[in-house]
Amino acid sequence: MATQKRMAIIATKGTLDMAYPPLILATTAAALDYDVTIFWTFYGLQVLKKNRSLKVSPVGNPAMPMDPLPEAFIPNILMSLPFVEAAATAMMKAKIKSKGVASIDELFDMAMESDVKMIACQMTVDLFNFKHEDLVDGLEFAGAARFFEVAQGADITLFI
Amino acid sequence: MADKTLDAKGLNCPLPILRAKKALNAMDPGQILAIEATDPGSAKDFESFCKQTGNELVKASENGNVFYYEIRKV
Repeated sequence: MATQKRMAIIATKGTLDMAYPPLILATTAAALDYDVTIFWTFYGLQVLKKNRSLKVSPVGNPAMPMDPLPEAFIPNILMSLPFVEAAATAMMKAKIKSKGVASIDELFDMAMESDVKMIACQMTVDLFNFKHEDLVDGLEFAGAARFFEVAQGADITLFI
Repeated sequence: MADKTLDAKGLNCPLPILRAKKALNAMDPGQILAIEATDPGSAKDFESFCKQTGNELVKASENGNVFYYEIRKV
């Protein structure tokens, strides 16, 4: 058998929508027999929380479909009202469910099941005063030098 | 005749592939997994999946909105 292919991802975003790309690509790569590592840094650490509650923001996001209203129909000043983010997040979650798209919780669990390695950036943990016990089990805590060890020789490297 | 059937209808990317991979993991080489899916992207995806994993796509057909695949485990 040929040597196993490897993929290394840096995941820097912590919104509901942006948690999808690293997890979809990681689980799919694992299904294609890749050895996969995700290095979670900055806002990406939100995805690693045991009680994650990721949100999607319509503020400054004119591409976000708001059906039945046309895109960018609602001005930003209204988008920034307190309830709008919660409403947009609820709408997005309902849409995700109705279209048979996996939830972030499901995808994350599938990634762990398929042995995707997860590294949490220790600098960001310190920066935001996160506690290791607030994050899921099975993480490695390390810094940039560790990422280079993983990424060198990887067939695919992505920054998300 | 398939040895195992996977109902992936109503599931969207990447779930049909992930479920298929999981099902194949529990099967023996040479056995055939049949998959039903409704995700229109699955046609190209299962082709690519098989090309990259070495499993053989023995059948791919479409009937209305349902896509049917048979994969022989390598």
